[in-house]
Amino acid sequence: MPIKERLKKALRLFLIFLKIGAFTFGGGYAMIPLIEYETTEKRKLIEKEEISDIVAIAESTPGPIAINSATFVGYRTAGVLGAAAATLGVVLPSFVIILLIAFFLRHIMDNRIVQYAFFGIRAGVLALIVKAVVSFWKRAEHNVFSWCVMVAAFLWAAILDWNVIALIALCGLAGFVYCLVQRKRGAMQ
Amino acid sequence: MLLLELFYTFFKIGLFTFGGGYAMLPLIQEEVIAHGWLSMEELVDFVAISESTPGPFAINISTYVGAETAGVLGSLAATMGVVLPSFIVILIVAKFYVKFKNSRAVSGVMYGLRSAVVGLMACALWGMLPTVFFHSTPVAWSAVLKPEFLCTAGIFSAAVVAALKKVSPILIIVCSAAAGIACGLIFL
Repeated sequence: MPIKERLKKALRLFLIFLKIGAFTFGGGYAMIPLIEYETTEKRKLIEKEEISDIVAIAESTPGPIAINSATFVGYRTAGVLGAAAATLGVVLPSFVIILLIAFFLRHIMDNRIVQYAFFGIRAGVLALIVKAVVSFWKRAEHNVFSWCVMVAAFLWAAILDWNVIALIALCGLAGFVYCLVQRKRGAMQ
Repeated sequence: MLLLELFYTFFKIGLFTFGGGYAMLPLIQEEVIAHGWLSMEELVDFVAISESTPGPFAINISTYVGAETAGVLGSLAATMGVVLPSFIVILIVAKFYVKFKNSRAVSGVMYGLRSAVVGLMACALWGMLPTVFFHSTPVAWSAVLKPEFLCTAGIFSAAVVAALKKVSPILIIVCSAAAGIACGLIFL
């Protein structure tokens, strides 16, 4: 691809992801339909079938879904330059908005009414996290192995207060070994 | 060096978060609260702010923690840190993505992680309970009869029902804020 065309594509990617970053609430998964619409239906930057690949890869690599999918779409469309443009685009709106908020928040937090509002909001946020736990639970596998991992992960991090990164590494390893054993067993029968 | 520490901490968080969003909370609790960069109460407040502003939670929280601890440069360091692992990993994966997609090793590891994330998020929830309901750790059970606790319990139950019925998170936050103000003016 000639450099001029590549730059043009990168700029377009930047603008698309800037828009996606500025208008999606709720992060990662909420962005997927927008990414799909902007990059396949409206602009034909990638094939429609690739969208499910993007989700699969964004989910199975570390990092936030939003960043992973922006980088991936950018790279598939215009190489490393495209990846950088799309990622910068998706990050920029949050970055600017939160900087402004961080600046203001300290000034309004002393207000009594604002404190009451946050008193209520904290209870509401807890409910949102309950809902997130429920939806992750629904998406996980349901068998003795995965229930054991869930309980063990909870005990490890919440009760024993051990290192979370070590736990993530161990659970990944356990999943790998479990799937290997399952396949061996399947092959023997 | 605070900037480097911010960068390194958020790099670690970015590298070990799978699924994004609230799946990061346990790691954030471990790293950010342990550093004293944010209190548990501030973290809960920030989840609400992040839900009501556009953009991914990961970017929002790293920008905020960076700004609170070291100003604009701090938010740059933290945000770069959280983004970089994804960026590098995806660039590598995108090259061999057909292989990656069909890899049994990857799907095995993900099999374990999907379950781990459920336990970890339950853990994040568990860690927030004392702060939200009792405003203190360790928990003082005598506070159960105080109006603060009862108001929180009421708002929380209503919000759980609404959240499970897929009411939009922003609407839930706005209503909880209104309920909080009403409770505050009447009972506190």
